[in-house]
Amino acid sequence: MPADTASDPDGSASDPAEPVSVTGWGRTAPTTARVVRPRTYEEAAAAVRACGVRGGIARGLGRAYGDAAQNAGGAVLDMTGLDRVHAIDVDGGTVLCDAGVSLHRLMEVLLPLGWFVPVTPGTRQVTVGGAIGADIHGKNHHVSGSFARHVLSFELLTADGAIRTVGRGTPLFDATAGGMGLTGVILTATVRLQPVETSLMSVDTERTADLDDLMARLTATDHRYRYSVAWIDLLARGRSTGRSVLTRGEHAPLDALPPRARRRPLAFRPPRFPSAPAFVPEGLLGRGTVGLFNELWYRKAPRARTGELQRIPAFFHPLDGVPHWNRIYGRGGFVQYQFVVGHGREEALRRIVRRIAERRCPSFLAVLKRFGEGDPGWLSFPMPGWTLALDIPANLPRLGAFLDELDEEVAGAGGRVYLAKDARLRPELLADMYPRLTEFRELRAELDPRGVFTSDLSRRLDL
Amino acid sequence: MKDAFGAPQSLLILGGTSEIALATARRLIARRTRTVWLAGRPSPALERDAEHLRALGADVRTLAFDALDPESHETVLGKVFTEGDLDMVLLAFGVLGDQARDEREPVAAARIAQTNYTGAVSALLVCARALQTQGHGSLVVLSSVAGERARRSNFIYGSSKAGLDAFAQGLGDALHGTGVHVMVVRPGFVRTKMTAGRAEGPLATTPEAVATAVEVGLRRRSETVWVPGALRLVMAVLRHVPRAVFRRLPI
Ligand SMILES: Cc1cc2nc3c(=O)[nH]c(=O)nc-3n(C[C@H](O)[C@H](O)[C@H](O)COP(=O)(O)OP(=O)(O)OC[C@H]3O[C@@H](n4cnc5c(N)ncnc54)[C@H](O)[C@@H]3O)c2cc1C
Ligand SMILES: NC(=O)c1ccc[n+]([C@@H]2O[C@H](COP(=O)([O-])OP(=O)(O)OC[C@H]3O[C@@H](n4cnc5c(N)ncnc54)[C@H](OP(=O)(O)O)[C@@H]3O)[C@@H](O)[C@H]2O)c1
Repeated sequence: MPADTASDPDGSASDPAEPVSVTGWGRTAPTTARVVRPRTYEEAAAAVRACGVRGGIARGLGRAYGDAAQNAGGAVLDMTGLDRVHAIDVDGGTVLCDAGVSLHRLMEVLLPLGWFVPVTPGTRQVTVGGAIGADIHGKNHHVSGSFARHVLSFELLTADGAIRTVGRGTPLFDATAGGMGLTGVILTATVRLQPVETSLMSVDTERTADLDDLMARLTATDHRYRYSVAWIDLLARGRSTGRSVLTRGEHAPLDALPPRARRRPLAFRPPRFPSAPAFVPEGLLGRGTVGLFNELWYRKAPRARTGELQRIPAFFHPLDGVPHWNRIYGRGGFVQYQFVVGHGREEALRRIVRRIAERRCPSFLAVLKRFGEGDPGWLSFPMPGWTLALDIPANLPRLGAFLDELDEEVAGAGGRVYLAKDARLRPELLADMYPRLTEFRELRAELDPRGVFTSDLSRRLDL
Repeated sequence: MKDAFGAPQSLLILGGTSEIALATARRLIARRTRTVWLAGRPSPALERDAEHLRALGADVRTLAFDALDPESHETVLGKVFTEGDLDMVLLAFGVLGDQARDEREPVAAARIAQTNYTGAVSALLVCARALQTQGHGSLVVLSSVAGERARRSNFIYGSSKAGLDAFAQGLGDALHGTGVHVMVVRPGFVRTKMTAGRAEGPLATTPEAVATAVEVGLRRRSETVWVPGALRLVMAVLRHVPRAVFRRLPI
């Protein structure tokens, strides 16, 4: 799958001494760094020792939207060269693998054995290291929590050059889960898996008239489903503000499959389409085109349908079919704004949705999800409540100030924005949003006094 | 670090009392800028300007810098970079001179060139190297429409800006791919103390308008910015007007 692994900086094979330009998935704020691609743990340790004054940071497949996996003037450790699956416990349901292994690869290996990853984000093209570093969540957060909850232990290369085995429930574990690569470089991890009988999903779809209708349905019946997410049309205004298509599902049991499909119930063959073109003119995604797309999408969804069989890529990763789809935003790139506010703060969510709709941001379907319990990671994003994520072209005039206003709403409601998506948060708000920030900083100061692990994100937000 | 919209957190201004630069600083402080260095010839005005920016909530420091002393640039500016990253450097110093007098006083004319061109060359090179080492940053250079085509009425100033403009463009190309972004800003007539008492051109503008254009240019990572934007077209035409006609234009 060369096209996808080439999400490494600018997709070019690089001479490690030559600085290359690096961005996140949103393609904003490029900076240059030396990119080193260790193939062994020794090479990784050597790379950390050789970081120099501007430090280094681990990078997986670069799917964080902002500046988390870039490090201006320093080193970026491309971890995708450490990509071995070491051991699978087929009976117990665990896997031990390198941190550079992608969830896509894990699915290829595990599904035929009747196992699935415990948590998958909206793309398979993330590494296990990135999944722990951002402590990612999936459509099953309300049931299963975030990724690190399913990690039994990992090996961490720390600033002193040592490799430590880090087990659950320790401060270093909880600082690293969601710690955005700033505690060290994860080399391997042992992950608990989810058993499945088939590689198909049984999906229920329903259309909701507006935001309140959506929240009511999620509150009433989300617990019946393992996976749940709503796509919400933020260009719809007035009475339809927040109209959505709600899709929820479960791994299909064997007996739900038609007889022909039962012969190979665990097949996994994701389709692939051509890449988005490398050059896209500015302003392709205007309000008109996006509005039309959203309208069609809403209309074509069934008012209600149950038990539809869908393949894993179609249900979880619809965008992975088009490699480099992030290019459709053109040179200016885009930002993803994702926040969460707790239960009881529905009024804040309503206000924000209304403001976005009134502002007419040309935003493709946004995603709304109801989170379950919070996770132990000190900088983990989820908290019980409502999370909304939307993509917006970065060249939209005065977008910076607009998002700052939304931040105030979010922080005022005790919520937070997701660091894996962030490229623009006002640093002063960080401590309000992440109450355990002080502990995180203290642990870093002790573990890495010289600040070997540094990223553009950590410089920008003073993490 | 700059955010997704190119808004810098730290800013170094060369020519700390420039009205255009201060308007830009105010604008950027309203966004993300928290650290500002005002480099300029020591004066009560410089300290006063620093105080005004502090009142807006920024951490502001001043530093003695003289464009006419290129030998000192390496030391003076190098020191600022050792104190932390700079996301943006704004080169704003410049002198307009008095064309009629300067034509009679070659030494005065040469000082204009030394300030606007020679001084800028050394200061820009020092900053460019430091920005390249940190792997990011924007170098914003206040050129002028006057440098686009030399005019009878102010070709001493104009030629110095032409040199600066060409140098900055070349520097931008040299730094392409290094993470450092060079942006050349070409304002027309801006109402500041520099132009006080002079007859306004038809597209006269304000320091605040230049500041807005700089902010937008940072977001777009533009290489050239005209203020007001209409000047791009005007100059595209003027550039091709025959010499004999151009000479007689009342501009
Ligand atoms: C289309 C799309 C959909 C997405 N959907 C979701 C979603 O539903 N839920 C969700 O939570 N996220 C989602 N994301 C975000 C994505 O899951 C996270 O940003 C994830 O961290 C990306 O992993 P990566 O391997 O690409 O890591 P990168 O983006 O390269 O790095 C992300 C962070 O992890 C750190 N890191 C990477 N590898 C290591 C390592 N070996 N050791 C230590 N630190 C490391 C980096 O330093 C950085 O801070 C989505 C992203 C995209 C593009
Ligand atoms: N105003 C316009 O119409 C216009 C139009 C196009 C371009 N520009 C350019 O924009 C820039 C800023 O102009 P402005 O309108 O803001 O003018 P300004 O307020 O007069 O500022 C000029 C600045 O240059 C500084 N300076 C002059 N000589 C110096 C030296 N030897 N060393 C260090 N600093 C020196 C001045 O500092 P002191 O306080 O020490 O004198 C002052 O800070 C200039 O480069 C100008 O050429 C202006």
